[in-house]
Parts: sequence; C-alpha cells; structure tokens
Amino acid sequence: MNFEAIKSIYFFEMARLRRTLLQSVISPVITTSLYFIVFGTAIGSRIQTVEGVSYGSFITPGLIMLTLLTQCISNGSIGIYFPKFTGTIYEILSAPVAMTEIIIGYVGAAATKGLIIGVIILATASFFVDIRIAHPFMMVLFLVLTAVTFSMFGFIIGIWAKNFEQLNIIPMLVVPPLTFLGGSFYSINMLPPFWQTVSHFNPVLYLVSGFRWSFYEIADVNPMVSLGMIALFLVICLSILGWIFKTGYRLRN
Amino acid sequence: MASVVSINKLTKTYENGFQALKGVDLEIEEGEILALLGPNGAGKTTLISIICGLVNPSTGKVLVSGKDVVKDFRQTRSLIGLVPQELTTDMFETVWNTVTFSRGVYGKKPNPALVESVLKELSLWDKKDNMLRELSGGMKRRVMIAKALAHEPKILFLDEPTAGVDVNLRREMWQVVEKLRASGVTIILTTHYIEEAEEIADRVGVINGGKLLLIEKKAALMKKLGRKQLRLELSEPLKVLPGSLALYNLTLSDDGTALVHEYQGEEGQGTIASLLSTLAAENIHFRDLSTRQSSLEDIFVALVAEKAGEDA
Repeated sequence: MNFEAIKSIYFFEMARLRRTLLQSVISPVITTSLYFIVFGTAIGSRIQTVEGVSYGSFITPGLIMLTLLTQCISNGSIGIYFPKFTGTIYEILSAPVAMTEIIIGYVGAAATKGLIIGVIILATASFFVDIRIAHPFMMVLFLVLTAVTFSMFGFIIGIWAKNFEQLNIIPMLVVPPLTFLGGSFYSINMLPPFWQTVSHFNPVLYLVSGFRWSFYEIADVNPMVSLGMIALFLVICLSILGWIFKTGYRLRN
Repeated sequence: MASVVSINKLTKTYENGFQALKGVDLEIEEGEILALLGPNGAGKTTLISIICGLVNPSTGKVLVSGKDVVKDFRQTRSLIGLVPQELTTDMFETVWNTVTFSRGVYGKKPNPALVESVLKELSLWDKKDNMLRELSGGMKRRVMIAKALAHEPKILFLDEPTAGVDVNLRREMWQVVEKLRASGVTIILTTHYIEEAEEIADRVGVINGGKLLLIEKKAALMKKLGRKQLRLELSEPLKVLPGSLALYNLTLSDDGTALVHEYQGEEGQGTIASLLSTLAAENIHFRDLSTRQSSLEDIFVALVAEKAGEDA
C-alpha cells in the first residue's frame, strides 16, 4: 500500500473543500434551511404529525439524505473528472499507485465532505425542529455507508463522463426526482397501493427509510432490508470499479 | 553499459484502430541522454506513455531496471519522472502545493528541503505561493519539471520539453538536464527540434510511422549519414571541367566560378588531398574554400523522406 499517495490525494482533495467553502458547504446549508422554512414551518405547521412525528422532524432524515447523495455524487465525480478534464490525471496514472489507492483517496475525500455537510445540516435542522436519534450507531452506519457508496458512484460517473453535461446529468436529473419520490417528504403508506409498489423500485426509498428509522423508529421498509440494499449498492459500485481497473476504461486508453 | 529501459517488440493499437506503434525494440542505457526524433504523430508520445504507465501496451514488453512496467508498476514507476507535452496544471493550486503533492503521490515521505531545492534550481522559489493560473507558459513548464523531479527519479522523460519555451528558459533547462545527467539520471527526450537533439543528446533515435527507424550515437550518426560539401571559389571562371577531374564527384556552378565537391563523412579525407593536387596540376586556382557538414536536420529529413518513399 502506498499510504503517502492515499494521504496526498485525500488532503489535496480536502484542500479543495477549504478553497470552495462557500460553494460546497454554505450553499447546501442555505438550501436545506429553505426546505425547513417552507416545508417544515410554513406548510408543515398545517400538516398533522406523520406516524406520530411532527412533519418538520419527519422530513429531516430525508433532507439529509437528499443533500448527502447529491454532494457525494458530485464531489466524487468532480474529484476525478476535473484532473481528467485538465489533463493533470497523467500524474496519478503514471505514479506508483494502484487503482485501489486512487479510489480510497478520492472516494474517501468525497465521502468525508458529504459527511461533514450531512452533520452540518443535522445541526442546522436541530435549530428548526426537534430531533431525536433512537439508534445513533445505526444512524452513523447508514450515513457512512451511504456516503461511501454514493461517492463511489460519483467516481464512476466521473470516469465515465466525457463532458460536463454527462457529469451533471445524474446528480441534477436523476437524484432529485428519486429522492423526492423516495419518501423524503412523505411516508409511502400515504400513497395508493400501486404507487407504493412502484416506490419499492426506487433505491433512494431504502436509504431514506432506513435512515429515518434510526431516528424515529418508523420505516417504510424493514431497516434490515434497507441495510441490505445499501450493501448491495456498495457491492455493485465495487464491481463496476473492479471492472474499470481491469480494463483501464476511459483512463488508460 | 547496462540498459535501464528495455523495450521488446512493443506494439500499440488504439481503440479507434490507429496503430501508433508497430513493433519497437529499444535499449536505453543508464545515464545517457537519448533524443527521440520524429514528426508529429510518429509514436513518440505513445512510446513514452507506455513506459510511464499511462497507456496499456497492446503486445510486447517493457522492462525498467529489469522490472515489467505492467506487472511491477510500483517499482518501475517510482524510478520514473515524466514531463508531459501538454501544459496541464491544477489552475487553483499553488506551486508549492502541487510540487509537494507530486512527491506524495509517488509514495515519498514529505521533504520540504528537497522541494525547496528543486524550486530554487528551476528559478521558481519566489513563485512558490503563486497560483498556477497566474504563471506564464514558461513558468508552468518549469513547474511541470519540478513536479517530475520532486520524487527524485532515476529516469526522466521529457516529452517535447521546449515547445513554446523562450531561449533563456531553454538554456536553463539544458543546464538542469546536464546537472541531472551528472548525478546519474537517465534522460529521454522527444523533440522535433533537431538542434536540440544535436546539442545535448548522446544518442539519437528516429521514429516515424510507429517504427524506430534508427538508433545511433549522435557522433556516429553524423559521421555515417552526414554529407560534407567542399566549395571552392575559383579565381577565374571555368567553362568546362577538365577530363582529369571526372573521377571526383564535382559540380561546376552555372557561372563557372565555383566548384562543389560532395562526399560522405569518412571517405572524403583521402580524396580531398588528391583533388587539390589535381587542381594544382591543371593550373586551376581558387581564392577561397569552405566546407559544410549537413546537420542532424538534413539527415533526419532525408531519412524520413526516404522511408516514406519506401512505404509508398
């Protein structure tokens, strides 16, 4: 293991976070606060409790997931796409680093950034609504697994993308609808049966449901199923990355 | 001398079907400066990219210090420094950070003193806190070199190092290269500026169309392929060449005031003396004489043209 390389890549990426503090930390915090004001306070005050939890508290885990997914995917993809775009990737590819080390560096940094933002949003939320965490350990586990998995997913997009449009298409066009329709703002029990079935095909449902369970012990699907699904996504991402290493796909050709 | 890079039957065909290398064999000796010459698209960059691990070879083998560049990439790549052709920099990083990063990625423990000396060597010290986007092209080129030297490589690849570089920087760069060579670093540079190769290389290889056309010590190459010309300015114009001069490869200028004798590097030595004595015997006097040796450029152009002719 080339630990120096992992360290260098990780801190180099984290330095970018410091440089773009306003854009990468402040802006998601403002966006989430707006959600709380609009959905939690303005509209939420007219909504009765959802499964015994006030609406504002109910949407908090979903909002954190929404931001975590978007941030991890975009940080993970930009981290590797940017050097590909500017050409500086030559250095990493010609250095004595294995692909695993490159991934640990980039994905680790993207996941860390996502987690930092997630925690900041959680703290912000506690100013607006009552937060109760029933299973702190499971909460952290869901958070970390999701952050790592979706940073990897972002990394894959970053390698695949040939231009900025492709880079943004998934975080901008795919993730928000999936998150909005994945029960971030409602319990799928409120939906007609047909749409409940459809919702089960939405991967984000499992993330939000399991994460929310770790807060309030209410869930649309069994939390163990949620955990299993995250593990499955993780395995899928790892397999794709494994294939990328073996073939040098869009990196060494 | 031991070869530090050993390339065996190397080929590369890109996905789009373009065959960039068509079977290259090359031994690079330890401590030498090797210049690879070739027109654009000849395969120089592909060759370097494979040795450095940027491109996977299609077939063939490359050993660096006896280790396979694909299987034992950790050992081989930590010996190599690469300065690529394109000026690619993280625009928003400082000089200091980017060079420190390079050292880390190559698995070397941080060594600020070494980074400092590399930056000073390349006259970058006063720019160390500047962002890369604030630097001029020549300065960026220096940063690229500093990055390649940050992990103390034993073999340095310079891909078109002087493209877009002014005369001063070029001078300075060659001084750095000389110093590195003196410290035992093997240097491989690609260029299509022939004067560069002529100036600093020990050996010259010519690549075109994915093949290594020749590889030769520079001096031997000049001697073997360098044509020489002896030009005699005559005191009085000649109308025709006397028959006794027919043996010599001579041409008379149109106005008859100059005689030009063409010869290959070595064969000329004997004939010139006898040519001059024949001229004296014929009572032909000259008021001035000059010789001219063809440059590496002439050799190169002739060689590439010749091969192109063969292929056609």
